[in-house]
Amino acid sequence: MFGKLTFDAIPYHEPIIMITYIAIILIALCIASTITYYKKWKYLWSEWFTTVDHKKISIMYGILAFVMLFRGFVDAILMRTQQVVASAGFKGFLPPHHYDQIFTAHGVIMIFFVAMPLVIGLMNLVIPLQIGARDVAFPFLNNLSFWLNVSSAVLLTLSLGIGEFAQTGWLAYPPLSGIKYSSGVGVDYWIWSLQISGVGTTLTGINFLVTILKMRAPGMSFFKMPVFTWTSLCTNILIVISFPVLTVTLVLLTLDRYFNFHFFTNDLGGNAMMYVNLIWIWGHPEVYILVLPVFGVFSEVVATFSKKRLFGYVSLVWATLSITILSFIVWLHHFFTMGAGADVNTFFGITTMIIAIPTGVKIFNWLFTIYQGRVHMHSSILWTLGFLVTFSIGGMTGVLLSVPPADFVLHNSLFLVAHFHNVIIGGVVFGCFAGINYWFPKLFGFVLNEIWGKRAFWFWIIGFFLAFIPLYFLGLMGMTRRLSQNIDSEFHMLLCIAAIGACFIGIGIICQVIQFFISIKERRHNLDLTGDPWDGRTLEWSTSSPAPLYNFAIIPKVEDRDDFWRNKEGQHYNKLINSINYHDIHMPKNTGLGFMISIFSLFFGFSAVWHITWLCILSFLAIIISLFINSLNEDTEYTISAEEIKKIEHQYWKNIQKAGLK
Amino acid sequence: MIFLNYNNFMKTLSLILIFFFLNGCNNPLLNSHGTIATEEYSLILISFIMMLFIIIPVIFMTIYFSLKYRSTNVNQIYKPNWCDSKKIEIVVWTIPIIIVSFLAFLSWSYTHKLDPKKSIVSLNNPIKIDAVALDWKWLFIYPDYNIATINEIMFPVNRPIVFRITSNSVMNAFFIPSLGSQIYAMPGMTTKLNLIANDVGKYKGISSNYSGHGFSNMKFTAISVLKNSTFLDWVKKVQASSIKLNTMKTFDIISIPNENYSIEYFSSVKKNLFNKIKNQYSIKHFILDENLSHEIVKKNFNMEK
Repeated sequence: MFGKLTFDAIPYHEPIIMITYIAIILIALCIASTITYYKKWKYLWSEWFTTVDHKKISIMYGILAFVMLFRGFVDAILMRTQQVVASAGFKGFLPPHHYDQIFTAHGVIMIFFVAMPLVIGLMNLVIPLQIGARDVAFPFLNNLSFWLNVSSAVLLTLSLGIGEFAQTGWLAYPPLSGIKYSSGVGVDYWIWSLQISGVGTTLTGINFLVTILKMRAPGMSFFKMPVFTWTSLCTNILIVISFPVLTVTLVLLTLDRYFNFHFFTNDLGGNAMMYVNLIWIWGHPEVYILVLPVFGVFSEVVATFSKKRLFGYVSLVWATLSITILSFIVWLHHFFTMGAGADVNTFFGITTMIIAIPTGVKIFNWLFTIYQGRVHMHSSILWTLGFLVTFSIGGMTGVLLSVPPADFVLHNSLFLVAHFHNVIIGGVVFGCFAGINYWFPKLFGFVLNEIWGKRAFWFWIIGFFLAFIPLYFLGLMGMTRRLSQNIDSEFHMLLCIAAIGACFIGIGIICQVIQFFISIKERRHNLDLTGDPWDGRTLEWSTSSPAPLYNFAIIPKVEDRDDFWRNKEGQHYNKLINSINYHDIHMPKNTGLGFMISIFSLFFGFSAVWHITWLCILSFLAIIISLFINSLNEDTEYTISAEEIKKIEHQYWKNIQKAGLK
Repeated sequence: MIFLNYNNFMKTLSLILIFFFLNGCNNPLLNSHGTIATEEYSLILISFIMMLFIIIPVIFMTIYFSLKYRSTNVNQIYKPNWCDSKKIEIVVWTIPIIIVSFLAFLSWSYTHKLDPKKSIVSLNNPIKIDAVALDWKWLFIYPDYNIATINEIMFPVNRPIVFRITSNSVMNAFFIPSLGSQIYAMPGMTTKLNLIANDVGKYKGISSNYSGHGFSNMKFTAISVLKNSTFLDWVKKVQASSIKLNTMKTFDIISIPNENYSIEYFSSVKKNLFNKIKNQYSIKHFILDENLSHEIVKKNFNMEK
């Protein structure tokens, strides 16, 4: 009836897990009862869960990312502490069985449920606004993608208290992840949560690709697109090409584990290195999927806050395009030590180095945007400057690792760990924070508190250097990653510094929580009435804050790169106001099906993990039927009348006048 | 070599750098004990210094520009519409291209020079060691002396060591940081690694690819001794060990997963044990009968020789 699932699956004997789990359940109960008390379930369901509005979906992605960031960060602290204790000669509080799950979960969570939702959330918010569209191309799909991500995050969290998570590292190399060496359900949890989230991401990729290609405002040719849209376009191309590889690789591993196939096993002709190749053919573009949109964020932020046109737009675009293509021919640099010949290794080493060229060009372009500008030291620009410094260092160590003989001694060491945290934190995370500080008013209508934003930045960046520079040295000293027991005492000192750094980052995160809290509390003093708090350049700032449901009452006509900036020069707002003719706008209707399908896929994933065949088949059928029903539904739009739009827009004009703009 | 002089210059530079940055830090940069490791670490330093030519200006420009052109500093030039400059574009494309070309050239020559498969030129006879990654310990076989050990190897100084590496179960990586170059140990496959120790000493060996919950303790010791006679004494000591590794059954017993395995010696090791372990997963093994497969294995072995 319940497959492999029995009461033994709950780890009663592990106090750390049980306490965490009880805490999670209590917090969830608290939230649920608060919602019930204020009778907000209906509101949540009709306004949020079922929404197809890209802005609301982006907020939900943000919430998902911050919740999961908390979990991933706790994992990080646990690992740092364990390594400090283990290098002092003690056994530590985490046995390998537990520690190995933690580092696997940390990697998976930080990549799939923190970085990806942050990046996709930003794309959701910004792309339609930047290209002058009213929504994405497939609003329902957008909602579905989000909920699929949530259900895979829930599945991963379930593994904490029911069964176990994978103890294989975040990419689960076979044969270790095969059924012979990992017979528990951990790897199955890993497979299904990645599979569901991967499908969601593929759908997102298709959605945004079509949105950018087909829904740009009239006049916005490719070379008039804002840079963020450009980089997002490249990212979505990467998603559409690379995520199917992940899906297929996971299917092959599933066949191995569930149906005794032999793609990656040791025996009967299986070859584990095939898996390693395949997973990195997806895995390497994945890091560019994360970092390209963030390059876009920095381009927008640096131009806006320097009050200057972006330097070298064309070369920036070409740099992005060449990174997109190159990212597919470098995957082997993740395993130079496989023993391939010198020719093969050099080829992949050199292609990797070549990526440093366009990336370097981008960095210079941002620097020359600052040059002879008027830099307003907003916290977004602080994150950008922090990025320029840290990312350069991370890029340098990356090129170092791409030299095969150097990689022979640095591979899998803490040097590597330091490198990828250097580029992912210094690049992706800093970029997303810059983006959040920058675009926040567009979502909520008020700006974020600057004082706490800057404090968060300083704690993050100091913490970052304290936490990761020691790891570079540890790597050079020969400390390999994923150690949990009997660590050499000579590493102790540097591990302590790294742990202190992690605590600084923790304070940084607390500062951000306070920043949100205070900003919400004092929102009336920080209202953004004009919709253009930073004297912006691109279309998203030409509409009110928060952006109305339909984004643009009149679809703008684009003539230039920084169209809004150009329009603002010498123009008077109130002359326009009475001459505009509003038309009815058709908007997509909310739908609960995305939520339902994700519930079914959660059941599907869970039952697949535990081999509950009947539930697995049933939930799969339910998914198919739901999709079928959805495709029959023709009543998917509703109309906002011209009258209503006029009211909303006039209110906006009044606000602008209140703010003192002409 | 055109770059020989340049390299010497770089080495001097790197020594200065070591002095400044790494002074007092117990670092293999100062602790590398083999030609391969020394070359690899100096390559890291050369590349590092090359890249500093671009990193230092970038960091400097970031700080300088943002301070100089901050909005409160209203006396500075402000050109809101300046966004193009052929000159700057050419410079920012050329500098990275030059540095990367240099690094590419460097990595081409060093990758071929330091290819783990490439045997090390030396006056001394190479010594053969076969390494098998077990859960979670290392089995070392000295095919020429008919002995095997767990978690300990010994070799005379300045004598090239030829490793053949495989794994009995999951993927691992064989790594002696002080001697350089790690390489994967993969089931059903052989990787080759050539190393040499130039100093006498006891070096730490590790597995550097996560392989399950006993991974942290998968350490071994590599001892490099001055005299060949010391080494031969050690070999004799191992040969005198009462534990024999002459059947696959014994091997199966020692390959049972175990988290804390201490050093152990085995005498009279089964012939072709390494190939037996490597070929245990091959399809031939399942199809052909024992004798036939034995012959094929023998043939393969001869070919590899």
